[in-house]
Amino acid sequence: MSFARSNQVHIYGWLLLMPAAIFLIAFTYYPTVATLAHSFFSDGTALRPSVFVGLENYKLMLEDEVFWKVARNNFWFALGTIPVSVALALLMAVWVNGRLPARGLVRMAYFTPTVLPMIAVANIWLFFYTPDIGLVDQVLGMFGAPGHNWLGDPDTVLGCLIVMTVWKESGFFMIFYLAALQSLPPELEEAAKLEGAGRWYFFRRVTFPLLMPTTLFVLINAVINSFKLVDHLFILTKGGPDNASNLLLYYIYEVAFSFFDEAYAATLTVVLLAVLAVIAIGQFVILDKRIHYR
Amino acid sequence: MSTIELAGVTKAWGGTVAVDDVSFTVEEGSFVVLLGPSGCGKSTTLRMIAGLETVSAGRVLIAGRDVTDSPPSERNISMVFQSYALFPHLDVAENIVFGLRVRKTPAAERAKRLARVAETVGLSELLGRKAAQLSGGQRQRVALARAIIAENPICLMDEPLSNLDAKLRHDMRGEIRGLQQRLGMTVVYVTHDQSEAMSMADKVILLRDGRVVQAGAPDQLYERPANVFTAGFIGTPPMNLLDLADGPEGAVIVGADGRPVLDGAGEGLKLGIRPEHIEMSDAGGLAAELVWSDYLGADTIVTARIGTQTLMVRVPGRHGTARGTRASLVWAPEAVHVFEAGSGRRVDDRQAIAMAA
Repeated sequence: MSFARSNQVHIYGWLLLMPAAIFLIAFTYYPTVATLAHSFFSDGTALRPSVFVGLENYKLMLEDEVFWKVARNNFWFALGTIPVSVALALLMAVWVNGRLPARGLVRMAYFTPTVLPMIAVANIWLFFYTPDIGLVDQVLGMFGAPGHNWLGDPDTVLGCLIVMTVWKESGFFMIFYLAALQSLPPELEEAAKLEGAGRWYFFRRVTFPLLMPTTLFVLINAVINSFKLVDHLFILTKGGPDNASNLLLYYIYEVAFSFFDEAYAATLTVVLLAVLAVIAIGQFVILDKRIHYR
Repeated sequence: MSTIELAGVTKAWGGTVAVDDVSFTVEEGSFVVLLGPSGCGKSTTLRMIAGLETVSAGRVLIAGRDVTDSPPSERNISMVFQSYALFPHLDVAENIVFGLRVRKTPAAERAKRLARVAETVGLSELLGRKAAQLSGGQRQRVALARAIIAENPICLMDEPLSNLDAKLRHDMRGEIRGLQQRLGMTVVYVTHDQSEAMSMADKVILLRDGRVVQAGAPDQLYERPANVFTAGFIGTPPMNLLDLADGPEGAVIVGADGRPVLDGAGEGLKLGIRPEHIEMSDAGGLAAELVWSDYLGADTIVTARIGTQTLMVRVPGRHGTARGTRASLVWAPEAVHVFEAGSGRRVDDRQAIAMAA
């Protein structure tokens, strides 16, 4: 009796879990495992069926100059966007959390880049960066600087992408910081004020430590975002010139759907997943000990 | 010498006036309670003394110095918040010495004072705990310790006991009062609990709708309430207030058996009598009907009805009451208070009629 009953409960449980489980398995776990498996096989054609090649694809990858260039690009891209966008987000959140006129308008203005569709955003920035007639050159022209092909120059193209990404991301992260700031009880600041603590001292000793859970969340998101940028590249540069602005995920896309080398694309994907996992786990392990959760 | 002086202090937000022309002084080393129902402006008044709220009109003086426009840190005050306002990510020790660190007190001095204060409030064992891991009573002690370690002469307390359970609240009352006397602090304490005010205060300032209703020692407020509001706010249960009417031999209680209780006219007056000053006698008193009784252990609060008006009577011991029982109520003439019904003001020139027992 009780056995049948507990069985019934189990069935209910599984039925309730099923919708989410099916989607997770179909679109997350199965693809991950299939990709991992795929990376150990050669690319099959109608004439030559796919065969197990062990680590051959990984060896190929290590010898691929484009891969190393793309990885380097991505490293600099992450280093250029993450600290700046997180710091800016915090600064903006603290500012718009205070008393200022038209606070709602300012908050909305900061958040707008997040709401805009990526493709539209990229098109707008394409205009900004256009040589001679674009906004950047127009403004610089007023100071007598010559026109410059910002997106056509391998030395400046990555920097252009970084500036645009920071503009886009920091407003998004600001929302998280703003929500966290508003959950802090105002008496804390009053108590500190009575003791004569200045605003910077209070921020350093109280606000910032209490925002650490948000910072960890934002950091992990920022890292993941910096590795999954594709849509800007489509519009702005297509990875060029000479792969100077190519990033990992866009390169994977190219390998899979332009060069039709699925096995190699799977290999690159596995590497991307591994890098992201290592970074995320590292952040948790290192930062978690120093974080105070309420 | 008075340590704190408020002169015509007013706080208005737009059209609403939260504190209206409040003036009082707080003597050095005294324990002053700002008492009143919620929304009476007592917390706002305290926050204006602290400098956390700007003053719309009037002056605030601390130790003879006008601090109306000074920032909180220049007023030499400490404060205990209702929510304690502890820093949840810091341990107890760091919470207590937060202000000393801000003011860059040398480490040796800091450690010495921390040890002494922790001993005083009984926190020595808990210095390494995070504030978030403490119970309500322990948090309260940390907040107190943080307030007294600064050794400021003035400490402001905003309903510091309202988040504690009844037993702990009672213990902490005694501790706070003891601490204040031992350290010679001047304390301004906000509460809506009149029993807390009565038991702790040297002076009670009763507020209502942003104005001072009456200020004085607890026994003054109890024995000579200046108006109906004070009479009805101080005491558990509060004073009975009965409407009077004219009668042939003097004022009578509306709806009663016509027995005179006060010389002269009664129209437009209220008679105040405390539940503990009424006795039930077998006969000869005012006829009443008993309605309900609340047994409290040491005594029983009996609700009685005279005509259409109800009043409460405190009877020692246990008193079982069947609904509808007839009773006879007696009180001494000197226990009677008289108020004007319209303005609520106390009337002193009327003589109560003695009841023949």
